[in-house]
Amino acid sequence: MLKRVSRIVFLIVLMPLSALAELSIEITSGVDNPTSIAISPIMMKGAPLAEDISAIVGADLDRSGLFSAMPRANMLSNPRSLSEVYYRDWRIIDMQYLVVGSVIRQSDGQLSATFSLVEVAGERVLFTHVAKGRDSQLRDIAHYISDKVFYTITGIKGAFSTRLAYVTAINEGGRQVFRLMVSDADGARERLMLKSKEPIMSPAWSPDAKELAYVSFETGRPAIFRQRLDNAKREQLTNFKGLNGAPAWSPDGKSMALVLSKDGNPEIYLYRFATKTFTRLTRHFSIDTEPNWMSDGKSLIFTSDRGGSPQIYKLNIISRKIERLTFNGSYNARPRLAADDRTLVMVHRSQGMFHIASQDLVTGDLRVLTQTRLDESPTVAPNGAMLMYATKRGKKGVLAAVSIDAGSRFLLPSRRGDVREPAWSPF
Amino acid sequence: MKFETLKPILACAILSSFLVGCSSTPSSSTDGTDGSSSTMSTDGGVSTGSVDGGGISGSDIDVDGGIETVFYFDFDKSTLKPESLAALRIHAQRLIANPASVRLEGHADERGTREYNMALGERRGSSVQEFLVLQGVDASLLEVISYGEERPASLDSTDSSWSLNRRVEIK
Repeated sequence: MLKRVSRIVFLIVLMPLSALAELSIEITSGVDNPTSIAISPIMMKGAPLAEDISAIVGADLDRSGLFSAMPRANMLSNPRSLSEVYYRDWRIIDMQYLVVGSVIRQSDGQLSATFSLVEVAGERVLFTHVAKGRDSQLRDIAHYISDKVFYTITGIKGAFSTRLAYVTAINEGGRQVFRLMVSDADGARERLMLKSKEPIMSPAWSPDAKELAYVSFETGRPAIFRQRLDNAKREQLTNFKGLNGAPAWSPDGKSMALVLSKDGNPEIYLYRFATKTFTRLTRHFSIDTEPNWMSDGKSLIFTSDRGGSPQIYKLNIISRKIERLTFNGSYNARPRLAADDRTLVMVHRSQGMFHIASQDLVTGDLRVLTQTRLDESPTVAPNGAMLMYATKRGKKGVLAAVSIDAGSRFLLPSRRGDVREPAWSPF
Repeated sequence: MKFETLKPILACAILSSFLVGCSSTPSSSTDGTDGSSSTMSTDGGVSTGSVDGGGISGSDIDVDGGIETVFYFDFDKSTLKPESLAALRIHAQRLIANPASVRLEGHADERGTREYNMALGERRGSSVQEFLVLQGVDASLLEVISYGEERPASLDSTDSSWSLNRRVEIK
């Protein structure tokens, strides 16, 4: 039913450091009739730039599954500005949209990219826009163009300029070495945040996307840390006996929901940064874990086995009222909400296999989105269009993504080691 | 309008310019609470995994004492198996005779979610702890630490591998 594309769109080899997992993108399926778009080469004075902006934009749009970007070799002409566009060159190959643009260096040394989106059939210029940045920001400029084009055509805010955090585990000299990494949403520009011989878990973004919280075992026990992306400054937030896990920043950034078992079994607590105080939110002898916030900051959803099997519950943190949300199947865990607060995604067990499923909190409809058997850690893009998750390919842990309507999919295979626990940044 | 369009790019620029060199070693000092591994040596981590073969239930041998230090559990269960009890009683007698701090490291197999498996690993460690305390061991000597599914003894995704990973290690 789904068009099988099965091709490697591009391969990112950013730094020759063996430490990197080196993620690449492999689109496995897209929608039946993707919108056709051509990105004419965007260059500076006719010369290629250090990063191929048009290729990055084309790959971004391809990855969404909603678009099919035309291979450059098939283009009849390569216009660099609107005045060079001959519509018949694009109509004849049935192209729906065209992006043209060029880059100049300003007197202050900055680069300035001027780009236009053209609708071919109507011969309409939908916008002309300029984006500026330094030489090191060519990829940022490309993702910015992708966001602008995506929004103009689909009405959905693009998430191509966002980032991913994830954990890698690589066998080095007979033992696992753990790394917390951050990359662009397309897997490029991987950066190391933390390296440890002890496990690293549960990365979570701050709402301003400037910090990560995570669990690290470096002290010999699990402990929650927060760390800034810009200067790597970090702080250990918890050091209790037992579990210290599942950090989830509140939408206002002032507190964090987390899990401690210091009082005997796993309970959800609220930690306030200003007062450095912990308030216990759940009180039950079962496992309560994996909190995630509703966008109003007044409710949490979490996993609990208080009903005899792991299911998703909603907790109002003011009234402390608890409501069960999932009833389908005997294992529903690690809930995450899309920004609309309506689409719940989670790990769902069906016939002994662990898939990613979504549930519409209004209609109650459950939809299994993945087919592999060990899927976990779903994370929704901030625009709600896609979700990423961790799965296994052979013996290797890899990241995969699927659109929320299950229409398009891609994989981010790594060259080395296991990749797990993706966390998609906010806008 | 113009300024607004630049904001995301500038933000990214600031981030990416700082990201280089963000790595920090695990031993780097942290603000606040103790960041050192003073209580236990954790250098070896959970590097056991020296159990061979598929389906055969084996365990590491403590050369000094000669009794089992790894105890296995059924899927989704945290109750002790009958075959674990004899060795656990010997551990209890030794700890009563020669009190020493002990880590009870609980583990889960890879199925299911990571934080939920942290809770399962802790339940298993707590089962061993409760048994030892019932035998008369001073509870303050025993610390349960769950590793969830993060430190598998066997890396395969098979039933026999999973059965080796659902365990508590006494260290």
